[in-house]
Amino acid sequence: MLNTAHLSLEQAPPISIPFRFFLTAPLFGAAAGVVLIWAGDAAMVSRWSPIVLALTHLITLGFLTMVMCGAMMQMLPVLAGSPVPGAGPVGTLSHLALSLGTGALVHAFIQGSAGWMKLAVLLLGVGFGIFAVAVGLALARVKLSSPTVTGMRWALVSLVITVVLGALVSVGLFGVVSLNNLAAYTDLHLGWGLLGWMGILLIGVSYQVVPMFQVTPEYPKLMQERLTPSLLFGLVGWFLFETGVIRGYWSPLVPGCWMLLVTAGYPWFAGTTLRIQRLRKRQVSDVTLRFWRVGLIGILSGYLVWLIGRVFPDAATAPRYPLLLGILLFLGGVFPLVNGMLYKIVPFLSWFHLQNRQLALGAFHVKLPHMKGFIADREAKLQFHLYLAALFLALAALFWPVFFTRPAGAFLVLTNLMLGYNLLRAVMRYRGTKALLNPLDSH
Amino acid sequence: MTTITETMTSDHRHCDGLFAETETLIADGDWENGAQGFAEFRKTTEHHFAVEEDVFFPDFEQRTGQTMGPTRMMRMEHEQMRQLFSELAEALENRDKDGYLGFSETLMILMQQHNMKEEQVLYRMMDQVYGEEINDLLNQAGSF
Repeated sequence: MLNTAHLSLEQAPPISIPFRFFLTAPLFGAAAGVVLIWAGDAAMVSRWSPIVLALTHLITLGFLTMVMCGAMMQMLPVLAGSPVPGAGPVGTLSHLALSLGTGALVHAFIQGSAGWMKLAVLLLGVGFGIFAVAVGLALARVKLSSPTVTGMRWALVSLVITVVLGALVSVGLFGVVSLNNLAAYTDLHLGWGLLGWMGILLIGVSYQVVPMFQVTPEYPKLMQERLTPSLLFGLVGWFLFETGVIRGYWSPLVPGCWMLLVTAGYPWFAGTTLRIQRLRKRQVSDVTLRFWRVGLIGILSGYLVWLIGRVFPDAATAPRYPLLLGILLFLGGVFPLVNGMLYKIVPFLSWFHLQNRQLALGAFHVKLPHMKGFIADREAKLQFHLYLAALFLALAALFWPVFFTRPAGAFLVLTNLMLGYNLLRAVMRYRGTKALLNPLDSH
Repeated sequence: MTTITETMTSDHRHCDGLFAETETLIADGDWENGAQGFAEFRKTTEHHFAVEEDVFFPDFEQRTGQTMGPTRMMRMEHEQMRQLFSELAEALENRDKDGYLGFSETLMILMQQHNMKEEQVLYRMMDQVYGEEINDLLNQAGSF
């Protein structure tokens, strides 16, 4: 028999759990901008420079993973009917460890400090450990699986692999353990983080939220059923082939050709999403949709640039080539998808919690704000334009670092501050309305 | 064999279509046709609710002995949507475009996630419980 708890929304975690993840993210995003302003054109030299490593982790851990973890804890009970056990303490601890760990990691990179690196590995290890166990339990308990749940499962597996590889690389980097082929392991860490954790999670979640937020047709059944398991299988194969290269069993061509097959899944997904969005019934203008278009095009362009690097290996050896890929895929790809999603999740969550409360209290004399009352279109659009400026300036900085790196950093700070302001205002509006609903309960 | 899942899912899509058309009209400032579209959307959706609340849910509750389970949650969400219908009607009356679009955005997400729960869980449960007998129930709903 099916589990009736599937339909229950009463098990959602306290709203403060996802909110604190969401509100912290823009702070790290803004910090990335500050680092860019501080470093100037030195940030555009090589992917191996400590500044670039710090910047990358501010964005990937501090912004993207921060939001993704918070959203996952929120979505599991709603989309899969399976609450995260101990959501309160788990959320509090993992949020704290992730925030402090990211800070320590960035400090370790910039200062070249082995001590801070050890602290960062410890904090991030504990934070992700708690998160993975609790969310893993919730995912294991899902009674009626769906393509979204499958995606979440494989994304979580990828997250654990990414963290373990990251810890290995970081201790190797600071000579704590000797690790030959540090570059190859770093690529594996990066690949599992980007293609596994972020890629698979976004694909899985899109199956639910794209039709829901934009009233588009469903994703093709074949894609929903096969894509995320194939991607995980592909990444496992890549891992084994790469290890074979490291041990000298075969040539790098083997994992190279394999990845040509595996990565094709991402443009397939991005292209399909653009196509079903074009077929959407709802025609009114929508900031989230604009963010998504940029993100999907970012992914497609990143893929194209990657492909060119495979066909013309000389181009790929240019020091700025990996930076271009990084900007396109992280700042131009995943970032806007996550940012755009926040503009649906936060207002809806606020309204939804308030309305449930209103029904429970029977306090119908209070008029609840609608979604745009939490975050106004005008402010969201302004943040979108600031983001676009940051993205294009960052791309320009690759070619004219002296002129554009600092302006790119400045706009990255601005867009993140604006995002933080928009989210904070939504939270204040939520609190204010909640107090009106039940004046006796000020909590 | 027809199933509840198929029948009701296509009804959901029909309501979505009316909803989206109305929203576009309002966004374009076409209040006359927008008001007509809204009335049509509201009527169609209320009929869908009535079929569920007066035919499907009571029968299902009786058969499974569950009155506090998923059907209760669905009834509550219908109430939430009805509240938004009133807000939309008020915004329409006042020709308040921002208000209408804000509430329609809210309703849209509520409606979509409600539909998903029905389509992916509740209707599938009902199809499982009824099996071949489903046609009787569908006939009853058809004459409703």
